[in-house]
Amino acid sequence: MTSPLLSVENLSVHFHQEHHIVEAVKSISFSLNPHETVALVGESGSGKSVTALSILKLLPYPKAFHPHGQVYFEGRDLQKLTERELLDIRGNKISMIFQEPMTSLNPLHTVEKQITEVLYIHKGFTGTAARRRCIEVLEMAGFKDGKARLQAYPHQLSGGQRQRVMIAMALACEPKILIADEPTTALDVTIQARLLDLLKDLQRQLGMAMLLITHDLGIVRKMADRLVVMKDGHMVEAGETQKVFAKPKAAYTRNLMNSFPTGEGVPVDPEAPVLLKTEHLNVKFGIREGLLRRKMGDIQAVDHVNLQLKQGHTLGIVGESGSGKTTLAMAILRLERSQGKIWFNGGNIQDFSRKRLRPLRREMQVVFQDPYGSLSPRMSVSQIIAEGLEIHKIGATQSERDAYVVQALKEVGLDPKARNRYPHEFSGGQRQRIAIARAIVLKPKLIVLDEPTSALDRTVQLDIIDLLRKLQTTHKLSYLFISHDLAVVRALSHEVLVMKAGKIVERGSAHSIFTSPQDLYTKALIKAAFDLEVAPREKPKKSSPKKSAQ
Amino acid sequence: MHLSPLTRRRYAQFKANRRGYYSLWIFLFLFVTTLFSEFIANDKPLIVKHDDHYYFPIFKEYPETTFGGEFETETSYRDPFVQKLITSKGWMLFPLIPYSYNTVNYNLPVPAPAPPSRENWLGTDDQGRDVLARLMYGFRISVLFGLTLTLFSSLIGVTAGAVQGYFGGLTDLLFQRFIEIWSGMPVLYLLIILASLVQPNFWWLLSLMLMFSWMSLVGVVRAEFLRARNLDYVKAARALGLSTPRILVRHLLPNAMVATLTFMPFILNGSITTLTSLDFLGFGLPLGSPSLGEMLNQGKNNLHAPWLGITAFMVLATMLTLLIFVGEAVRDAFDPRKTTV
Repeated sequence: MTSPLLSVENLSVHFHQEHHIVEAVKSISFSLNPHETVALVGESGSGKSVTALSILKLLPYPKAFHPHGQVYFEGRDLQKLTERELLDIRGNKISMIFQEPMTSLNPLHTVEKQITEVLYIHKGFTGTAARRRCIEVLEMAGFKDGKARLQAYPHQLSGGQRQRVMIAMALACEPKILIADEPTTALDVTIQARLLDLLKDLQRQLGMAMLLITHDLGIVRKMADRLVVMKDGHMVEAGETQKVFAKPKAAYTRNLMNSFPTGEGVPVDPEAPVLLKTEHLNVKFGIREGLLRRKMGDIQAVDHVNLQLKQGHTLGIVGESGSGKTTLAMAILRLERSQGKIWFNGGNIQDFSRKRLRPLRREMQVVFQDPYGSLSPRMSVSQIIAEGLEIHKIGATQSERDAYVVQALKEVGLDPKARNRYPHEFSGGQRQRIAIARAIVLKPKLIVLDEPTSALDRTVQLDIIDLLRKLQTTHKLSYLFISHDLAVVRALSHEVLVMKAGKIVERGSAHSIFTSPQDLYTKALIKAAFDLEVAPREKPKKSSPKKSAQ
Repeated sequence: MHLSPLTRRRYAQFKANRRGYYSLWIFLFLFVTTLFSEFIANDKPLIVKHDDHYYFPIFKEYPETTFGGEFETETSYRDPFVQKLITSKGWMLFPLIPYSYNTVNYNLPVPAPAPPSRENWLGTDDQGRDVLARLMYGFRISVLFGLTLTLFSSLIGVTAGAVQGYFGGLTDLLFQRFIEIWSGMPVLYLLIILASLVQPNFWWLLSLMLMFSWMSLVGVVRAEFLRARNLDYVKAARALGLSTPRILVRHLLPNAMVATLTFMPFILNGSITTLTSLDFLGFGLPLGSPSLGEMLNQGKNNLHAPWLGITAFMVLATMLTLLIFVGEAVRDAFDPRKTTV
């Protein structure tokens, strides 16, 4: 057997905190052979990114330190190298792609400048040689016309395009190893599938080894030859992908594998009365340009949407980012200006004044995607939940309201004793439970769930889905469930709408949509989501309209 | 007293900053003490017993004739003749420091400014007035001026910043341009012009300073509001049915509070320093008023009497330092990310 390209031996990473030491990674060993893909798998906080960063020594030293362990690259111990020697390896022999394409490119430089910088530093390329290579790698990364993109700034590119630029940058010097840290997590499913294919192709072409960091076992299965499962900084299991998937040894690995949301919406009464109905709902955003910000035209973010939601049912709305799902939900809640009729509980709330709308707010609540942004950081949990009670004058006294808060917290499975703490002391999943408690404490009829599980780990997602199902049956709640994650939508919805560029392209019962989709776009979505495959003969995707209002 | 757990937590957080906690007590002690300066440093006795009657000269003016003197004017208790009149038929009790801020000690054994002695613990200034007495009154007026100015400029500044940040757009644009023009005004010249038109007193100075000092908070508050108004929890609050003023106060203001509170000790210190420097230059409080700035000026003019300059400097430095320490502790108390307790 040839010696591995990269081998990590008993590596530990610790961090100095104010008064104690945090052990982020505890004695991890794995190796990476040429041409091979190894996946580091684990949930957030398991130490997988820290491991990857410590290979290139990109951690905040000396706050971070390695009590023991070595990292060998081509037989050299990376930890013993000087900073200057490391510079030659970073980006040249080992490159890295990060998760967040929105922030990992410098917004002030053109694509060409960012890529040629790498080429200049490591290869000494300048002028036309650099430009030629730049176009070459851009086309390698899947841009049809690399030359046209040279002068583009990051804000002119979509998320997927930016990630392609990142890939082009990483590949510019033909590295031996590519470290990809959740390269597709922030992207839509169809783009994710295409990028994964691209990465696989490039790996074959260039003969790179790849270290893939992800929490998504679907990606691992598709991409990796071997995998390392991590939990709380420990290595739980390692082995060949096929074997581990066929026969996981560790209980945690099994747990991870079973955490794919399954099942369908809770049983409901098909004859239930209609709670919410929209007729030709439109949302337009003006495009303003030039010095005087004159109105140049409109973007139709929501285009003549008709929908209907029965009491106690769940209506799933799926679509990629920019398809107008969230805007639609905000328009229904009257948080975004819209045209068209919105029938809620028998009244057309589109015409209601603010004052008349206020008592109705109690009946329709919302849970947002980002559990870190949706709770006021300076209010305690009990203040956050009790606020709605105060507004709607539920509960006469402080103690009565407190009792409601306690009950709501119990219902979402949180310890009521924690109600005087601040949100930042809770994990993402717990925060999402608090957000749900804030909604259900008002005993609403309708809850709009705007990607409530997208920012959470798979195992936590399952808990939240279970909770949502339980609450739906006990309180006869209606959900308007928005997500790009089709597996989650399938697990909750009775009916599904597929949106694309503000329009509904397909609608039907959840069962029929998932088993026999009609529209090409729906087919592509489903294929990408469940099999991580690019659907055949897909139309070239039009650049999605940017929402100027956000 | 019933305290919500949150308040208790904040208090614990405040106490955890030992330096700030003790600074607050020292400062409060000094402030409360100087609030009662009239009972500690005064040229009128606390109690007079004369002819089996009790008199309280601090609260009421008595003409000299009350005690058998000759003049109808208010009694001058420091006059040896009057003292003899009173002690012959009773007694009187002077405060600890028998001088007010404007009492001139005519019995100095040396020419003024006199060095510290048993009679004048910190010496006298160049007009023979007791330094310690002037210090107490001066400290009081400085702190009161600082607190009032900080309170009003924070109120105006936070409101202006909140309105600009939340409504944004044209409101914000116009307001920002106005602030740019307004902040270009030369404050010192305006003060000098004012000093030539009227005799500036405490309130004149306060309102003139207020016209310009409110702008320091607008920037930070506006930025916080601009950032936070599109956050999900504000949307969630709107979905709950909260009215705009309530969203501003409950959800956005607390975020701006840390920035405000971090700035506040500096504004307070800035206000005190401004008053001091105006007094130092002679454009401040009317002549004869007790003020730290005036004392610094005397220190500068009388370098051979170092007790003047050193005293004024020590008091200013201590006061400003204490306030900064307290401000730090207050900021810690409102910081939910702080986990020392």
